[in-house]
Amino acid sequence: MTKLDLSRRTVVGGLAATGVAMTAGTGAAQGAPVKVGELNSYSRMAAFAVPYRNGMQLAVEQVNAAGGLAGLGGRPLEIIYRDDGATPGDAVRVAEELVTRENVTFIAGAFLSNVGLALADFANQKKVLYLATEPLTDALTMGSGNPFTFRVRPGTYMQTKMLVDAAKSKGVKRWALVAPNYEYGQSAVAAFKRLMGAAVPGFEVVAEQFPALGRVDAGATVGALAQSRPDGIFNVLFGADLTAFVREGNTRGLFERRTVVSLLTGEPEYLLPLGDETPEGWIVTGYPPEQVDTHGHQAFVTAYKAKFNDTPRLGSVLGYVVPFMIRDMFNKSRSTETAAMMEAFKGLTTQTVCGPVTMRAIDQQSTLGAWVGETTLKGKLPTMKNFRYVDGADVMFPEAEVRAARRI
Amino acid sequence: MDLSFFVIQTLSGLASASSLFVIASGLTIVFGVTRIVNFAHGSFYMLGAYMAVTIVPWLLEFDRSPTLFFVGVLASALVVGVLGVIMEVVLLRRIYRVPELFQLLATFGVVLIVQDVVLKIWGPVDITGPRAPGMRHGIEILGQRFPAYELFLIFVGPAVLGALLLIMHKTRFGVLIRAATQDREMVGALGVNQAMLFTGTLFLGAFLAGLGGALQIPRLPANTGMDLSIITEAFVVTVIGGMGSVPGAFIAALIIKMLEAFGILIFPKITLVLVFLLMAVVLVVKPWGLMGKPEVASGRAVLPEGILNLKGFSRKETMVWVVLTLALLLVPILGDTYKVKVGIEIMVFALAAFSLNLLIGNGGIVSFGHAAYFGVGAYAAGLLVTGPLKAPMELALVAAPLAGGLAAALFGYFIVRLSGIYLAMLTLAFAQITYAIFFQWVEVTGGDNGVVGVWPSRWAATREVYFYVVAVLALTSIVALRHLFYTPFGYTLRAARDSANRADAIGIDVKTHRWLAFIVAGAAAGLAGGLYSFSKGSIDPTMISIAMSIDFLMMILTGGIQTVMGPLVGTAVFHSVKDFFMPLTDFWRFFLGVSIIAIVLIFPKGVVGALDGLRERLGRRAPTPATPAAVARETA
Repeated sequence: MTKLDLSRRTVVGGLAATGVAMTAGTGAAQGAPVKVGELNSYSRMAAFAVPYRNGMQLAVEQVNAAGGLAGLGGRPLEIIYRDDGATPGDAVRVAEELVTRENVTFIAGAFLSNVGLALADFANQKKVLYLATEPLTDALTMGSGNPFTFRVRPGTYMQTKMLVDAAKSKGVKRWALVAPNYEYGQSAVAAFKRLMGAAVPGFEVVAEQFPALGRVDAGATVGALAQSRPDGIFNVLFGADLTAFVREGNTRGLFERRTVVSLLTGEPEYLLPLGDETPEGWIVTGYPPEQVDTHGHQAFVTAYKAKFNDTPRLGSVLGYVVPFMIRDMFNKSRSTETAAMMEAFKGLTTQTVCGPVTMRAIDQQSTLGAWVGETTLKGKLPTMKNFRYVDGADVMFPEAEVRAARRI
Repeated sequence: MDLSFFVIQTLSGLASASSLFVIASGLTIVFGVTRIVNFAHGSFYMLGAYMAVTIVPWLLEFDRSPTLFFVGVLASALVVGVLGVIMEVVLLRRIYRVPELFQLLATFGVVLIVQDVVLKIWGPVDITGPRAPGMRHGIEILGQRFPAYELFLIFVGPAVLGALLLIMHKTRFGVLIRAATQDREMVGALGVNQAMLFTGTLFLGAFLAGLGGALQIPRLPANTGMDLSIITEAFVVTVIGGMGSVPGAFIAALIIKMLEAFGILIFPKITLVLVFLLMAVVLVVKPWGLMGKPEVASGRAVLPEGILNLKGFSRKETMVWVVLTLALLLVPILGDTYKVKVGIEIMVFALAAFSLNLLIGNGGIVSFGHAAYFGVGAYAAGLLVTGPLKAPMELALVAAPLAGGLAAALFGYFIVRLSGIYLAMLTLAFAQITYAIFFQWVEVTGGDNGVVGVWPSRWAATREVYFYVVAVLALTSIVALRHLFYTPFGYTLRAARDSANRADAIGIDVKTHRWLAFIVAGAAAGLAGGLYSFSKGSIDPTMISIAMSIDFLMMILTGGIQTVMGPLVGTAVFHSVKDFFMPLTDFWRFFLGVSIIAIVLIFPKGVVGALDGLRERLGRRAPTPATPAAVARETA
């Protein structure tokens, strides 16, 4: 099968060379690489997945240059990247290929929630560890959670809770909600109603709109929201839908004198396309790469820019964090047995460029957080102001709820 | 509802309708003349937007004037028009003689290629275009602000309609377009240069799509999802209006967008399904759309596009198939787990494709929505196993074909009353309605996340055992379906396909026979869906999506719809090509697209059709036919 050789093209550059040229004292990794299979929608969701892969490649280089996986005798880490076709059917087949053909120690990745859930179930069935890096659905760690699946990124509920905590002091009662018509949008709206309803007495939803994903009819949607005369707007739209919504809303004055709370809008992936139409003062979750200066973050930004000639996106940070978590896990497990790796992940704390991240044992959700702040324009560049990093540990599901949902 | 809101919402609807019409008008003209269902129309729309976000800002550097903005928009549309010409000359012109469905396949190849080319040139990040100078502001109407640019858009639609009607009635080119839309053969017989006519039509169609895209840049960022988000809606507009009718498309766009503007107030989630509901209703009531006419050629005896001369297996062919089957059955013993997995998928898809060819190749019933029955079967099986019943796999696999057949019986009742492209579009509408139901009914189906935990019973839990479960069920079903081609029922279906009128005249109940075929095919697809859900462990709406239906079409077309066994080879080839390119590169869609077009150009009768042709030409001198596996290697 020639395809196996060709498919290794994504192997981190120079890795084999460093392994061979290794002599005592260089500090580089040595021995046969430890393989991890990574599936993502590099083709269909390239705006997120490509910066994510860049971040990963950068981190793997650094891990290997610094001596590889100490827990496994300094063997280098190798990540094998595969497209998951953006459908659960393709993803499960590719996962099978990674496990049987490439003999990866475990699988990681996925962007779409239904792909993530299918992979989690595959992992559960095949007794393979799955590190879900990006999917946001709460089901992954709650109702459909299983012992083989660990999730890195803060889920829908966690991100919504960050926003509610930031916005509840404004005391806004009359809300209009707009979200894409699929699981992510529906769960975010449900979480918002529940959390804001508990935080603000007299909370009331005066309008809800669920346009189909990627096909928002911005004019009609903005009209329907404005008609209900809300005092606050909770937005879950992202990507092209968001840009269309913002332009239409700006022209029609929908956002004037209203509190707008918006999920993920501060992520460069979605914020940068807004350009000079970026609304002022929306309360958002996101990531301002130029401004974060804790935990050696600017060193990462500089290295990323030097390597890829581009500013990091949220995907880049996430991708950069993951290989260090994997390294620490292997250093703790000292083995590539699935049971040992699972045990090692539980309660594992990793020092990252976002701060310490712990994999909570009870729901196997990491405490990686997000930045919450307000949107603004700096010159012509959309970014965030008044932001702070919210540790995921502060917004996780209460343990009792986790126990009920996971039936443990 | 106060008056000012009513007016504003109406204006919003009008602006959207106008934009949609500009795009759909191009599609309907191209279909009317060339009879090609042009999937690439959405790609032209996307290219128009990308051209505009490239050209317009560059022009505005010189002077921020409205004139230069519109010069840029028109220039973008012209560039796209030229791309349309290139597609016609390089690709379509070579395949006008092949079955119409093959042209659809080729345009879908173009869609895949354009997706990756756009990604390569412009990158994955959405590109927000400039607003139109002088139209950034809102205009106060009854105390509410309405975007000036959208007021302008409201007039673009009628202006384009007027211009098109003028061209159609006052120029020779337009008269020829109308003539060709009415009766293409007659126009050819009268000595009109068809090549020029088709090239011109493609230019006009692509130009309108590009114009539609370029005009959107002040409202929408150019993004890589634009092509697929618009194409279904554009199809629906052309079908509701009547294929080939420009005024019909105008009325249809108006109806859709006005219903949407007010419908979302009552049903905030309606946009997912509204257009397809409307299309289904219109087609059931008016089988040729609002302003379409029955095809002149529909009563004429034409060379059918399916299986022509049915032959049994020769001794050699029997040997080949027996050897292939045995080789397949050895996969779990010789191959690794991954090969087993791929083998299972190929068998499952082969069954689904084979059942589809019972409709298309044998019955002339072109279904664009076969995934509906596949998906219904999968959901029936999956929900039985995971739901409150916790039924065993065995029961679920009985339920899957029943559910698929039931759905086919229900939808088929309406579908078989139509013919040609309208029939195909109704199958698409029903498939999308099914998709929307499973997508939206979150409590039961898990919405788009689907349901996980659909695994086989304990005795069949290993991949190897499950492989043989699938092999037994899929292969016996395929053999049974194949037998159907050779029964009087199969001959009757072909008679109805070749001439419904003549079949009717000799006393055949055409509709009932077609309906029965539909139910059988639906049941087989349902079984395939059930088998598939157990192999991947979950069910989700992508199994019912348009993309899945298109995959099935690809498989039978790759193999060749004129042959009985073609779909099996086509499935293997198609699946292998996809499986080969996906791990190789991020740009696998590009190579898949190129492969599809290569197959269309090199094997216009499908892989198996080409083999048959080759054998006929070589006569008795060729002792053994090439094995399908060898062909698969060549094409991959």
